[in-house]
Amino acid sequence: MMNEQEYYKIINETVISISGLNKSFGDLEVLKGIDFELLKGENIAVLGKSGSGKSVLIKIMVGLIKPDKGEVIILNQQVDKLTPKELNDLRRRIGFSFQSSALYDSRNVYENLAFPLTMNVKGLSKADINNAVEEALEAVGLKDKINQMPSDLSGGQRKRIGIARTLILKPEIMLYDEPTSGLDPITSGEINDLINQVQKSYNTSSVIITHDIQCAKNTSNRIAMLLDGKFEQTGTFQEMFESKDEDIKKYFNYNLIH
Amino acid sequence: MKTKDTVFSIGIDRYLTDVSNGYCFVTRFFKELFKPPFHIREVINQCYEVGLKSLALISLTGFIVGIVFTKQSRPSLEGFGAASWLPSLIGIAIVKALGPLVTALICAGKVGSSIGAELGSMKVTEQIDAMEVSAINPYKYLVVTRVAATTITIPILALYCSFIGLLGSYLNVHSEEATSVISFYQNAFKTITFLDIFSAVIKSIVFGFTIGIIGCYKGYNATQGTRGVGMAANQAVVLAMFLVFLEEIVIVQVANWFRFF
Ligand SMILES: Nc1ncnc2c1ncn2[C@@H]1O[C@H](COP(=O)(O)OP(=O)(O)O)[C@@H](O)[C@H]1O
Ligand SMILES: [Mg+2]
Repeated sequence: MMNEQEYYKIINETVISISGLNKSFGDLEVLKGIDFELLKGENIAVLGKSGSGKSVLIKIMVGLIKPDKGEVIILNQQVDKLTPKELNDLRRRIGFSFQSSALYDSRNVYENLAFPLTMNVKGLSKADINNAVEEALEAVGLKDKINQMPSDLSGGQRKRIGIARTLILKPEIMLYDEPTSGLDPITSGEINDLINQVQKSYNTSSVIITHDIQCAKNTSNRIAMLLDGKFEQTGTFQEMFESKDEDIKKYFNYNLIH
Repeated sequence: MKTKDTVFSIGIDRYLTDVSNGYCFVTRFFKELFKPPFHIREVINQCYEVGLKSLALISLTGFIVGIVFTKQSRPSLEGFGAASWLPSLIGIAIVKALGPLVTALICAGKVGSSIGAELGSMKVTEQIDAMEVSAINPYKYLVVTRVAATTITIPILALYCSFIGLLGSYLNVHSEEATSVISFYQNAFKTITFLDIFSAVIKSIVFGFTIGIIGCYKGYNATQGTRGVGMAANQAVVLAMFLVFLEEIVIVQVANWFRFF
């Protein structure tokens, strides 16, 4: 996390802008009028309880799920109006870290990282690929795991490799889906540090989906609470912590006690 | 509470959605097949996988079918005093019908189920989504390559199976009368026309396509976690075998019309 002075020095340029977004599955209304903005260089944590539609929201951002209504503008492009080729060009600029890591389990770590690179950038030499893979592994601190299979890695290591796999295309935006879920507090802390380090060294703007208050506190410049399909309030951790809103208070108190 | 009527209409609804989804899935194959990039190396890998997975079983089954079929046919032909017709009868039966069918059924079981399970598990663990967000077209990379591989490899395997079947048959014939392998194959192929081999290959191409696309379709649309993976593999086999039999009937019928003209 940057300190406050660093934070306010950033030019106020919007990289993600969502307005009036609705999404239902059959009778289940998941998102009911989302307005959301991510500024360049900023980390926003989206807090919300399980099943509130957090994953649906970031899947809409990369065009994995089509919205029913509303406008989703990422890096000045309206996602649901793009041709498949334009969508792919946009996707190369976005890193998506899956809740389940989603490593290709029939490929080893090296191949997992090299795959998106070789499929997207033509004419790379073997040495270029090796260098890029090593650089990305270095960034997540797992250079020694290069020849391991995903099934031989721990949960935290898999998360890191998943993040390294997205870093290899040098994304401008990082979307993290529950980066610390299912991890012990120490490993969670390491992932939080990694998220902050990625923000600094790759100059990314990030959306961090989480239900983990510690993660939100340590990685974000701003917090948005997803309550009943909407963002009623956004603010810094301190502002949210001191909020008078009953639902927000309940969320924070419950998390801190347990 | 749901009445019988609504349950019925939901059932029909689901069936029709499945058919229309399946139709889109198949037509998408032909649209994407001719668009670059062509993942040639992945197609070759998959051909290798298909061949490797089924070669041993096809060899064994083809061989046994050849022996058993010859053994069973001999008494009835001898009854007519037509034992010398044995090689041509076996040739027609194996090349036209048994080789392609046995190969297709074995591949539906071995290849279809493994494609269903593999893509199914990639789907439920979000690996397919992961490809998609890294700007890789998963349909092209996973589905087109696999379907191309089964469509290319299964006809070759079918011809191989016929060849091995005839070899089994020869061993049986040889144990009764001293025929040379060459004259046996010459006899076997005497009554087989180009149209027979051609229609056997076409049939196997259709079988190969069916097995590949059904495995991919079921895997690609797997839901509900690990249970869904098992279901995808299972349904892929059942549906592919069903369609193979259906196609067998249709193609034999059509080939007969051609022969007529
Ligand atoms: N593809 C889908 N089809 C139907 N329902 C879905 C789908 N994806 C998500 N949902 C439903 O949307 C709701 C929100 O899901 P999700 O975004 O995954 O929650 P979370 O906030 O825990 O990430 C859940 O009730 C889920 O069942
Ligand atoms: Mg989620």
